Amino acid sequence: MEVRSIEFKQRASERAIDGSLQGKLKTAKGLFVGGRARAVARFDAEGGDFEALRDVGRGIRDEVLDNLDVWLETFERNATARGATVLWARDGAEISRLVVEIAQRHGVKKAIKSKSMLSEEAGLNEALEAVGVASIETDLGEYIIQLAKEPPSHIIAPAIHKNKEEVADLFEQHHHKPRKTEIAEMTREAREVLRSHFVSADMGITGGNFLVAETGSVALVTNEGNGRMVTTMPKVHVAVVGVEKVIPTLNDLAALLRLLPRSATGQTISNYVSLLTGVKSEADRDGAEHLYYILVDNGRVGLVGSEFQEMLRCIRCGACMNHCPVYQTIGGHAYGWVYPGPMGSVLTPLYTGLDKAPDLPHAATLCNQCGVVCPVKIPLPELLRKLREKQVQTGVGTATAKAERRALKLWGFAARNPRLYAFGARIATRYLKWLAGGKDRIQVLTMVPEWTKGRDFPAPEGKTFRELYAQRAARRR
Amino acid sequence: MSLTDPTARAAARDSILSRLRDTLGADSAAVARRREAVDARLGKVVAPTAPPLADDTAGMLARFRSEAEQMASTVVEVDGWGEVPAAVAAYLAEKGLGTRGVIAPELAALPWSTAGLAVEPREARDADLLGITGCFCAIAETGTLMLLSAPGSPATVSLLPETHVALVPASRLVPTMEAAFARMGEQAPGGQPPRAVNFISGPSRTGDIEQTLVLGAHGPYRVHLVLIRGA
Repeated sequence: MEVRSIEFKQRASERAIDGSLQGKLKTAKGLFVGGRARAVARFDAEGGDFEALRDVGRGIRDEVLDNLDVWLETFERNATARGATVLWARDGAEISRLVVEIAQRHGVKKAIKSKSMLSEEAGLNEALEAVGVASIETDLGEYIIQLAKEPPSHIIAPAIHKNKEEVADLFEQHHHKPRKTEIAEMTREAREVLRSHFVSADMGITGGNFLVAETGSVALVTNEGNGRMVTTMPKVHVAVVGVEKVIPTLNDLAALLRLLPRSATGQTISNYVSLLTGVKSEADRDGAEHLYYILVDNGRVGLVGSEFQEMLRCIRCGACMNHCPVYQTIGGHAYGWVYPGPMGSVLTPLYTGLDKAPDLPHAATLCNQCGVVCPVKIPLPELLRKLREKQVQTGVGTATAKAERRALKLWGFAARNPRLYAFGARIATRYLKWLAGGKDRIQVLTMVPEWTKGRDFPAPEGKTFRELYAQRAARRR
Repeated sequence: MSLTDPTARAAARDSILSRLRDTLGADSAAVARRREAVDARLGKVVAPTAPPLADDTAGMLARFRSEAEQMASTVVEVDGWGEVPAAVAAYLAEKGLGTRGVIAPELAALPWSTAGLAVEPREARDADLLGITGCFCAIAETGTLMLLSAPGSPATVSLLPETHVALVPASRLVPTMEAAFARMGEQAPGGQPPRAVNFISGPSRTGDIEQTLVLGAHGPYRVHLVLIRGA
């Protein structure tokens, strides 16, 4: 997928004043944030310890990352022993090439997909369509945005930015059936359309929530059942999974499954968890006959052992964006690539280059809501701060950052010359008081009008701290 | 990188693994240490993370039932296998869901026709409206069914039909997913997971349009559980 994060400021400004978008985000936020809080409280009330569970989750992910090469070999060995083919891809182009070749090898005309953010990184649908293979998204949200030709705006609720009227328009236009107005009717219509694809497709493409090294399996978590359909109905199943998604054992899967749905939607468990291992036996009456894993780098390997390694713990629950005041104001599309919110603001610059996403490390208030809810305790604000540092060190700054640096230099010079500092401060305080015109707030700062576009600046009383201090000292004497 | 070119395939693999080794330690002693760490981890018993839950049958049954109902399944309890066909027939009649369906072949021997039901032992197809399955385990913690795919229990039976009826013998109740995996290690062929292990917690659902919950996305609209106390 094309990286459009360079347009962040423009896109964010447009959306920050889009009341309709914020209405939709607010509804979702209420459900996700409230749902998570209730689920966590219930877990603790039953005698569980969610905080300790987060530590266990973090520990599992760290243990894997510290020995990632060996865990990948272990997974590969066990998956191969069960009849799967394990392939490796360094980047998005290699993913697409492999999937296209698999499609050609098996004479595939139609592929059905369960939600995979990694395939969005690669632009896989476009690559398949270019060689004449229809590629149909089957998660309802992904299906809606595929019809609208838009990217997802949330990693677990991809069509969060569409209301039912917009969905009704899309269905009317593409399904050629009478327009439905009720959400249940619309869902039924999509079910029927997609069912016809489920029974006629030759290939199923999925991501993977986890790869279990001990058994060579992939675990898929869905509520709709499309993950089951995609891995059961077609004769070929391709799972495209990042190399960081390995976990050691089935018991680790059980522990992580206590964290993921609670953090994502507030569910105790998702409706379906499928653990797929190997291929259909001769006696089996259903299931995929061919299973391919594509293990993907695409920027992940470079983070192992780096100061950003903690980001690779991510289990893609979406809690960070659900709790982020910036995401809640501008929505997912403003971020300009596959991953929005705090995790996206860290991942996009790391995977695509800081120069392509210079504003994203600043798209945060560092309020640490994301860090508090992250199920695997990724210190997101700290990672954003590190990215900002890196930006300064390498000089890949935004115009604002450069101006800030100049201003700080000037301040530093003045601060080293007390007389000059006192003089400058006196002028500035009086000027700001005059600018406020008797009020206690300044609505437009003439030297940085952008800054006061969405907020006021408090007006000073008219005297500097040093002046007041000197006065008070004189009075005491 | 190419599927058909082994050299290119090996090159992508080696490049990823060797870059990891460059960071994690490429000398043979370091690699050996990591292999030992991985082997030790695979054999390690991990501390439990579930809340303390009852593991006696009555306690598990109560928990399983209430969790399953929270996930929008309906539940009925019977005393033994003999009552099962009639209980299923009564549910179908009450909901007006007909008398025909498909059944996991491992359950075909029950006297279904005596209860007035016409069920075919096979995998499910698109047009089938009712699917009846058993379960390998029933997990009390979350009210979840665990189904193992096998010739006698095809995965499609619990997926394609609009109604899924599952028979849950009390002896199949376990407190947690960990306990279910342990039982799979003891009882499944080779101690390994089959092609598909499906954990099912209620009917399929979506909230993708305006976050409004709708039951019956791609899988069943309704899941009905028959808990068999004496089996």
